[in-house]
Amino acid sequence: MVAIAPEQGVSEAASLRVWHVTKEFASPDGGVTPGAHALDDVSLSIAAGELVSIVGPSGCGKSTLLRMLAGLTSPTSGELAIGAEPITEPSAERGLVFQDPNLFPWLTVRRNIEVGLVARGVLREKRAEVDEFMRLVGLEAFANSFPHHLSGGMAQRVSLARALINHPRVLLLDEPLGALDAFTRMRMQDEVLHLWRAHGTTMLFVTHDIDEAIYMSDRIVIMTQRPGKIEQIIPVELDRPRDRSSSDFLRLRGDILETLHFAGQPMAGNNRQSAAT
Amino acid sequence: MNSAIQEVATEASVITMARSAAGEAAFTAPPALKSRPQTLLAIPVAAAIGLAVHYFVPKSEPLYPTHFYPIFLSVMFGLGLAGALAQISFPRLRRWMRKMCPILGAVVLTAALWELATSCLELLPLPYFPGPEGVMAALASDRVLLFDSTWHSLVLLLSGYAVGTVIALITGVTIGWFPHARYWGMPLLKVVGPIPATAWIPLAMVISPSALWSAIGLVALAVWFPVTMLTASGISNTRTSYLDVARTLGAGQAYLIFRVAIPAALPNIFIGLFMGLGTSFLTLVVAETVGVKSGLGWYLSWAQGWAEYGKVYGALVIMAAFFSTIMTVLFKVRDHVLVWQKGVIKW
Ligand SMILES: Nc1ncnc2c1ncn2[C@@H]1O[C@H](COP(=O)(O)OP(=O)(O)OP(=O)(O)O)[C@@H](O)[C@H]1O
Ligand SMILES: [Mg+2]
Repeated sequence: MVAIAPEQGVSEAASLRVWHVTKEFASPDGGVTPGAHALDDVSLSIAAGELVSIVGPSGCGKSTLLRMLAGLTSPTSGELAIGAEPITEPSAERGLVFQDPNLFPWLTVRRNIEVGLVARGVLREKRAEVDEFMRLVGLEAFANSFPHHLSGGMAQRVSLARALINHPRVLLLDEPLGALDAFTRMRMQDEVLHLWRAHGTTMLFVTHDIDEAIYMSDRIVIMTQRPGKIEQIIPVELDRPRDRSSSDFLRLRGDILETLHFAGQPMAGNNRQSAAT
Repeated sequence: MNSAIQEVATEASVITMARSAAGEAAFTAPPALKSRPQTLLAIPVAAAIGLAVHYFVPKSEPLYPTHFYPIFLSVMFGLGLAGALAQISFPRLRRWMRKMCPILGAVVLTAALWELATSCLELLPLPYFPGPEGVMAALASDRVLLFDSTWHSLVLLLSGYAVGTVIALITGVTIGWFPHARYWGMPLLKVVGPIPATAWIPLAMVISPSALWSAIGLVALAVWFPVTMLTASGISNTRTSYLDVARTLGAGQAYLIFRVAIPAALPNIFIGLFMGLGTSFLTLVVAETVGVKSGLGWYLSWAQGWAEYGKVYGALVIMAAFFSTIMTVLFKVRDHVLVWQKGVIKW
């Protein structure tokens, strides 16, 4: 477990605001193809210290939204802000755990985890934390291995540790636990929750696992596809730590599945029709 | 004691086997547990054949007064036998011999065939094709001059290569990273770069105060083009996801260039360095021949001028050893720097 320094009260500066954001990707010839309409008029606000997850079908613009919040992509129209500051460029304040681990193949596991500290020039003071985070993700034995010796799940854990070590005020996670086995996954969920509570980090968490979304988050954003829109935002009002088999948990799970099902209705409707004929 | 060594040796060959099975070690010897006698004795057998040819096949050319060639053969014979005996108790020597014996045996055998074709059967005419004794005698008699020439070539090559590489890395990274530098630099690079460095010789002789400086400049130019080209393309092809990761972790411009783009471009840069080494050898020899009156290139054309072909071959042998040693050093540097690629690509 990571030793955590006592944090001051959660400041409003770590809240996120997405205001009527639309994103269209230009096609190679310069025009805008209809399929490249990734996000359409998305508005969302996330309080400081809140943990919100996003679920939705593949291609509905979840990664695109996170990249815009990280400052890596700019919206076609609309505004994004952290606290009162508009988001214009990436910053170590807003960590992003990418969908692909994207570890630097020329650095060992340890050096990969150190990247944020080196980039900010604080490696000397924070060196002790490297070991703590390596232990947190269970990779001490691989400290000196190069990334191509790691399994997909191990690489994902390294990329999680690499983002966590910066202690960003806002952490954007794009399916960070997707490649993990059920047990490691549950352990990592608890570790992330522990860090979230201890640091008051604002977290936005993309997942395809509805149980994970319910177990972890304060609110669940359900998105639909083509163009990407927010279908519904469901608050999760269960006491923590949550019991995955409680009746409230299961009822919420049913509601969300239903919403997702209706979100994909045109498709489902077709299927039903063709089955009937 | 002995059994422990045996165990280590067995373990090592099991590892070797596993590794070549995985296709990782392309150049490891086949995993035979015991060396076959014909492998171990390749050198002494070849040397014996060489000695037999030298002493018993009648010569149709006048004999040299020197005896370097038979001495060389005898030394090879002795070393080969000694090695074959010593490998019994030294596993590392055994592995080395298993790999090298056939090759070295073939070298000695080639010398024997060479003598047969030249001194004995006169298949190849004199003075253009002296026998092994002629080459060795030339090497021995000119050893001081040859050593001096090699030294001059080495100094010229290394200084030209170093200057060219440093400039190329700066221009390559600049062109690869900054769009403005790319806009102006790339066309220049594409137009001027492909001109062989040797084509600049007439101009270099006019501009430069001394032949040595112009030769260094030409070697540097020969290295500069391929290294710049490959560095620039390596830098500009850095995966954007690597840059994105670094930026979300708080990296600034300097970190992105020196800790992300350059490491990502290193495999490309090394390809450029190898290509540059090839062109710099060529340029070195030509520049020494026409400009600088020293070095192996100069020695080669000087020996040819006197029709001393024994010396020409001697110089070629030295050049081969010289260039391949430098090439090997660069390979070693690459293996060290790009150790992270082991297992990612086939070496
Ligand atoms: N750089 C890009 N250029 C063009 N189109 C893009 C680009 N990035 C994303 N898109 C498009 O935007 C849409 C949303 O992509 P995004 O990666 O955000 O989906 P996602 O919700 O994260 O999906 P998944 O769950 O599969 O990761 C997709 O239709 C995709 O084709
Ligand atoms: Mg995605």
